[in-house]
Amino acid sequence: MRELTYTEAAREGLAEEMANDPTIFVVGEGIGERGGNFNTTLGLYELYGPERLRDTPISERGFVGMCAGAAMTGSRPIVDFMFMDFILDAIGEMINQIAKMQYMSSGRLKMPLVLRGCIGVGGAAATHHSSNLYSVFAHVPGFRVVVPSTPYDAKGLLKTAIQSDDPVLFLEHKSLLNTKGPVPEETYTIPFGQANISRVGTDVTVVAIALMVNKTLSICEQLTQEGISVEVIDPRTVAPLDIDTILESVHKTGRLLIVDETFAPCGIGAEVAAQVIDLAFDDLDAPIRRLNGAHTPVPYSPPLETAIVPQPEAIAQAIRDLMAE
Amino acid sequence: MTDLINELSKEQLINLYRQMLEIRRAEEQLARSYQAGLIMGACHTYIGEEAIASGVCAHLRPNDAVFSTHRGHGHALAKGVSVRQVMAELFGRVTGCSQGRGGSMHLFSPEVGMMGTSGIVGPCILQATGAGYSFKLLKTDQVGVAFFGDGASNNGAFHEGLNLASIWDLPVLFVCENNLYATEVPLSVAGGNPNIAERAVAYGMPGIAVDGNDVLAVYEAAGEAIARARSGGGPTLIEGKTYRTRPHAEGMRDGSYRTQEEIDTWKARDPLKLYRERLLAEEVANVDEFEAIEVQVKGIVEEAFEFSKNSPWPDPETVLDHIFSTPR
Repeated sequence: MRELTYTEAAREGLAEEMANDPTIFVVGEGIGERGGNFNTTLGLYELYGPERLRDTPISERGFVGMCAGAAMTGSRPIVDFMFMDFILDAIGEMINQIAKMQYMSSGRLKMPLVLRGCIGVGGAAATHHSSNLYSVFAHVPGFRVVVPSTPYDAKGLLKTAIQSDDPVLFLEHKSLLNTKGPVPEETYTIPFGQANISRVGTDVTVVAIALMVNKTLSICEQLTQEGISVEVIDPRTVAPLDIDTILESVHKTGRLLIVDETFAPCGIGAEVAAQVIDLAFDDLDAPIRRLNGAHTPVPYSPPLETAIVPQPEAIAQAIRDLMAE
Repeated sequence: MTDLINELSKEQLINLYRQMLEIRRAEEQLARSYQAGLIMGACHTYIGEEAIASGVCAHLRPNDAVFSTHRGHGHALAKGVSVRQVMAELFGRVTGCSQGRGGSMHLFSPEVGMMGTSGIVGPCILQATGAGYSFKLLKTDQVGVAFFGDGASNNGAFHEGLNLASIWDLPVLFVCENNLYATEVPLSVAGGNPNIAERAVAYGMPGIAVDGNDVLAVYEAAGEAIARARSGGGPTLIEGKTYRTRPHAEGMRDGSYRTQEEIDTWKARDPLKLYRERLLAEEVANVDEFEAIEVQVKGIVEEAFEFSKNSPWPDPETVLDHIFSTPR
């Protein structure tokens, strides 16, 4: 099968959807002729022009709120916001308006709006270009929150996001953008709320989010040689969360570690742990463990930056420790 | 100003009055209902500002999109939501325009282009801009309209929304109802320039200040702006200078921030009274005709009241419906 980068795969999904539906338009800073800071829209301006590939001023609240109104009136906007940190100027529009509009209108209005852009720690991007915050949005009723880890998932889930009548946050870890993986030529979509079993194992379940999937996979072979068979679950969407796939895995392994680059308090790991305890306490042979990034703003200097997020060796050690419980 | 009294048909002139009166009588009933405990949450009345919604919405079609603010009953009624649907919504009943999920500050009736009122000041400006974006992209001649107060004009949404609408020539009308107070904070201490229409210059769009208590002045300015928007001429900011004569919200005290003298001065310029006197003086309609309109509107409001208080409550079993369009 051919290989594409994560960005190429997502862009192919976007291009397919834009070709199918003339009501789709994209807004963002530099997403027009320039093709996006991360090449998310490269080549599309030539096909669709400025009305559908709309360069914006630095008015995050403005264009997010505007896209809410557009989604209520017959078009299907995509906000390409570059970094999660930037979109926080629009958080009132997102939480007060976009997430609640369908409910407030008793379902007579739809909100087919995609907010896509980068998350994640890496590249010495410092604290205003490194936020994750998916747990914040998973906390709010009304959002779909997508965190793909592979090129295949990025394409299939972006297509589902664009086709959805619900507001979707499509969050791309910036350290994944240039990773390569197989993507079939034929078109496909991936439903929300369907986890991927990234690696089958029998001794311990690791639920990992976004880049942490890759980091966990990188140490599984080594652990196999140590006699530990690791099953890796990538939820792919943190809202909705596919708890059933996690429960099935825990039923088999009896042990659960959640690896999440971002904060532990009130995070997605806490949610997964609580649900597993609620629903499958008797399946557990050991306490549920979490491995999270530090609860701190993100520092710039590489040794500091590296120190705050789970690294492969720390993941491996957490798995060994859990096996020893 | 052109002589609209002679240009408009008697029916058009009377309809403007009837619309204002319907808002007034509905609001009075809502205020009484609040006092009677039939409205459980907020109730911000539009009394004193009726000329603006009536004068603007007279130009709108059902598929034009109106986005409004917390003081939005008048906008919903003028856009074509029935008195029953608005009243039943404030009474929390399933027959309300938002089926009991919204109340006073979240009135939705997309069927007639009432795209929502909001408990947050400012977003309506951005959403109307977005409607304009849709209509331009979809190549229709619909318009988006935002109604908001002077308070919103000091909010970032005002700056960002007007700028976006201007740079993309969007078919949007921004209607600022300057009633001099943001809740209870006077514009005189909250805005560097008290003439909000002048701010349009900063965005490269026409800014028109009108007497917001003169329905024909509002009608004329809105008509020009909406025609310009429909024909691709871009957005307009209209400032209607007006006044709310009741407290910010029902049940709130209303003494410390403004004088009785000020209230009385504005009451003397009541938009219904001014317009009725004008129509009588110009012999467009006589006292008997006004009486007939009064009886008709009173009937609509009384019927809506009976309908609303006798309407069923929403079923708690449905409380989780409509969070998403699809279950998963």
